[in-house]
Amino acid sequence: MRQDHLLTAKQLSRADIEAVLDRAAEFADDPAAARERHADKLLALCFFEPSTRTKMSFETAMKRLGGDVIDMGGVESSSVKKGESLADTTRVVEGYADGIVLRHPMQGSAQLASEFVDVPIVNAGDGAGHHPSQTLLDLFTIREHTGLDDISIGIMGDLKYGRTVHSLAHALTNFDVRQHFVSPESLRLPRSVRYDLHEAGAQVREHEELDEVLSSLDVLYVTRIQRERFPDEEEYQKVAGEYQIDADLLEGAKDDLSVMHPLPRVDEIAADVDDTTHAHYFEQAHNGVPVRMALLDILFQS
Amino acid sequence: MTEQELRVSKIENGTVIDHVTAGEALHVLAILGIDGSGGEAVSLGMNVPSERLGKKDVVKVEGRELSQGELDVLSLIAPDASINIIRDYDVVEKNRVERPEHVLGVLSCPNRNCITNQDEPVQTKFTVLRDGVRCDYCENIIREDLTDHIDV
Repeated sequence: MRQDHLLTAKQLSRADIEAVLDRAAEFADDPAAARERHADKLLALCFFEPSTRTKMSFETAMKRLGGDVIDMGGVESSSVKKGESLADTTRVVEGYADGIVLRHPMQGSAQLASEFVDVPIVNAGDGAGHHPSQTLLDLFTIREHTGLDDISIGIMGDLKYGRTVHSLAHALTNFDVRQHFVSPESLRLPRSVRYDLHEAGAQVREHEELDEVLSSLDVLYVTRIQRERFPDEEEYQKVAGEYQIDADLLEGAKDDLSVMHPLPRVDEIAADVDDTTHAHYFEQAHNGVPVRMALLDILFQS
Repeated sequence: MTEQELRVSKIENGTVIDHVTAGEALHVLAILGIDGSGGEAVSLGMNVPSERLGKKDVVKVEGRELSQGELDVLSLIAPDASINIIRDYDVVEKNRVERPEHVLGVLSCPNRNCITNQDEPVQTKFTVLRDGVRCDYCENIIREDLTDHIDV
């Protein structure tokens, strides 16, 4: 990777992505080989918003590389509660650790933090902005099942506020991928992401109904539509209900369609999909460990 | 110099910003951070007849030669503006404003979830696009009503 930080998926070239995925595959095949690789390293986890998978998988990844983590803890128990700026918090933490994983509710927070520190910053979610390490594990999972070229991907749900969607869309422009975005009108991709996809010359289509594209898809990436995005419960129920999938609906899909989801899901993927060969979302979550091991390994070496 | 501009006043030394889009003169002063507190004499002409633009605004700042870098940001709201540097009542330099690559600290980001709207020790930074500007932090694109976001 040319950069010292991972702030957005836009900064990643195809070669950068393949380097991480190849390294991740090595670690997945032989986890023991990495056991003492970064035994002298400490990774700081600064999560200003709740997280289960991202935080635990970074912690697992660092420990599997032989290093350790220090955890800022919840915002309620930190100096942030006293009004400390993000710039100050990260400058202090820089003195404690060899790298910082940052999740923060404001867009652009990782970019800002990166301007104040020299240790690598990994953006683990900046509001409705980006979540590039999730994208790397998404790509790892897609590559395992369908490859990353000459495929059609449907990305469905909350495309406006979904940071995993934004990062995935950016990264896919490096590959020969037809991207189909399926959402209600009110949750379409934001202008900034559409602008970038257009600039990158991506093959993009937008749809309001999954039926329009389901049968042509190799991958269906489902995201959660959040209740708080809608003015009232009735409107939410109406819209969310149209973007749920179940085993019956997938009868109309290719036999080898991969269904993915960054998790947590609520009811957008019915439990009966879990038992089908389409379900890859738990495997996707598990891939977070080797992929984040690879990412940290490369960032620490650069 | 036209008769209309002469009505405002001729300056001995300083900068005349001519061909400003009609109605934008006060925004020009705001962007340049000129509010009179620096003691410089400032004259404004608003909605002055113009052959080229129909109507235009004119801003004259006495005793200050504004740099091209300071002035290029004006291209966002007054793309036709021309800059005259005046010494001893003569125009010694005449330039057009050019679109800058970046705008630092002049605009505030309209995205309330942008980190630059928190109490952080950074200036805003926008990249200038063909059509609008884009926040370097949250990547929000502003195309409409740029003057609503002038923060000086």
